[in-house]
Amino acid sequence: MVDARGVRKYFGSHEVLRGVDFAVADGGVACLIGPSGSGKSTLLRCINHLEPIDAGAIVVNGALIGHAVRGSHIVELPERQIARNRIGLGMVFQRFNLFAHLTAADNVMCAPMTVRGMSRADARRQALELLDRVGLAARADHYPAQLSGGQQQRVAIARALAMDPNLILFDEPTSALDPELVGEVLAVMRDLARSGMTMVIVTHEIAFAREIATSVSFMDDGLIVEQGSAADVLDNPCNPRTRAFLKAVL
Amino acid sequence: MSMSREHERPGSGPAPDTRHGSDLEAAKIAALPVRHPRRVRGPVGAAIVLLGVAVVVDVLVENKNVGWGEIGHYLFDGAILDGLVLTSWLTAVAMAVGIVLGIVLALMRLSSNPFLSWAARGYIWFFRGTPVLVQLVFWYNLAALFPRLSVGVPFGGPAFVSGSATAIITPYAAALLGLGLNEAAYMAEIVRGGLKSVDEGQVEAARALAMTFPQVTRKIVLPQAMRVIVPPTGNQVIGMLKLTSLVSVIALSDLLYSAQTIYGHNFETIPLLIVVSIWYLALTTVLSFGQMFIERRFSRGAPTRAKRRAPIPDEAVIA
Ligand SMILES: Nc1ncnc2c1ncn2[C@@H]1O[C@H](COP(=O)(O)OP(=O)(O)OP(=O)(O)O)[C@@H](O)[C@H]1O
Ligand SMILES: [Mg+2]
Repeated sequence: MVDARGVRKYFGSHEVLRGVDFAVADGGVACLIGPSGSGKSTLLRCINHLEPIDAGAIVVNGALIGHAVRGSHIVELPERQIARNRIGLGMVFQRFNLFAHLTAADNVMCAPMTVRGMSRADARRQALELLDRVGLAARADHYPAQLSGGQQQRVAIARALAMDPNLILFDEPTSALDPELVGEVLAVMRDLARSGMTMVIVTHEIAFAREIATSVSFMDDGLIVEQGSAADVLDNPCNPRTRAFLKAVL
Repeated sequence: MSMSREHERPGSGPAPDTRHGSDLEAAKIAALPVRHPRRVRGPVGAAIVLLGVAVVVDVLVENKNVGWGEIGHYLFDGAILDGLVLTSWLTAVAMAVGIVLGIVLALMRLSSNPFLSWAARGYIWFFRGTPVLVQLVFWYNLAALFPRLSVGVPFGGPAFVSGSATAIITPYAAALLGLGLNEAAYMAEIVRGGLKSVDEGQVEAARALAMTFPQVTRKIVLPQAMRVIVPPTGNQVIGMLKLTSLVSVIALSDLLYSAQTIYGHNFETIPLLIVVSIWYLALTTVLSFGQMFIERRFSRGAPTRAKRRAPIPDEAVIA
């Protein structure tokens, strides 16, 4: 599903990703953990080409993201085709990023109508189904400013689902939430994982990772330094830096 | 304790007894009726304002020099109404040119292409930096600089269309060019401010949903930028309404110039200026209502002080 090899990314002269290899199987739930500034968000944003990479290759659903092979080298695609690459690839942000001028239902309807050309009636029907799935059918006509953080994040998940993705990237989906609202978002994500959705989740919720991850990767200073099953990485880490990090967060 | 005294300030009366019975006292205080000083001041203020207005109206009505008869006579005079139509038309078209070109300039200015960005900066610098009166006269006298205008291959190549400058640049065209191009420079900055006010996260979320740049701009960024763009644009429209009176220098009879022509003959200066002011005020009133309507349309979803309410837990709605 996701196969990233030798990914390098620079911000100016600062090398933020230093040759990352990262893979997720179909239906897998990969959790990315690691200290602040280690490059977790950057890796996630490279997977859907919100950040262009400087070296390496990322293949998602069998397609090279943001690039094409022309003869003996790789060229970056024009913006229109990059956008097409992103169909089937959802993303959920730490700060929700719901469209502030649109109601919950309109947030969910926007992309299917704009990108897929879906009719308003069909998009609305789908939006109400998805909002019902995340427990927010009654909030369809509320604006984001009228919703709590947990409710906003659940609308954001419904919005990602509306494009019928087979992979969803989550960047610390619960970090901006009050503690009592974390559970409702994790519950929705748990259901998604059970339904077979492929997910990459950057998270600090170690207990949640242990519960649903099919693989856990520990990232430090631009590299994945340890990767394996939740039991291996979280309960029996062999890398000293992983051990130090887990000791600090648990 | 002097609970009956209103607006007791700490230290101004006997020290409140906090040692015992504080629950009881809170209950006593809570039972007192609440008085809102502001709500009392409201009607008083209104009365003062109304009195002031009445005095002004009385002074004007009593004053024979104001010439109420002339005002009534000229309010619907043919020349005045023609001027009114020209003023409205110029305002509408010059603003339309300014807004459309202003959006293009703002997008250029924010573009990552340095050539586009600097071209926009140069345009804005030039048109904001020269008096609009000079620009008007320049366009009007373009024929003196370029007697023939043509569209074709530059640097001496063949022309596809060509004509005499005096035929192409009519006073109307000169007025629209002068006012519209100048307005575009101001609108560009207003639009740019609006676009920049939209959170970067909104653009990211839209791009992650596979929208292309034009789709993100049209569906996500512009609608949110409008909230910031509309109020100053309202100012610009009302400013343009009065700025159009400059076209009298290139021989166009707008509302103000029509009145000036009339009082140049009959010396009824004050009544005619009042007629003009009445019409400008009427147009401004219409425009202000339009602005209010548009503002309301684009403030949807924005948490205003009046509209903001705490999110209700899910159960409250479902139940
Ligand atoms: N747009 C940018 N421009 C310059 N530097 C950046 C940019 N985005 C991230 N960085 C830098 O790249 C490094 C990795 O950032 P990243 O956001 O990927 O870390 P992270 O692991 O997600 O951390 P956190 O847990 O705090 O979210 C940091 O040093 C950060 O300062
Ligand atoms: Mg991050």
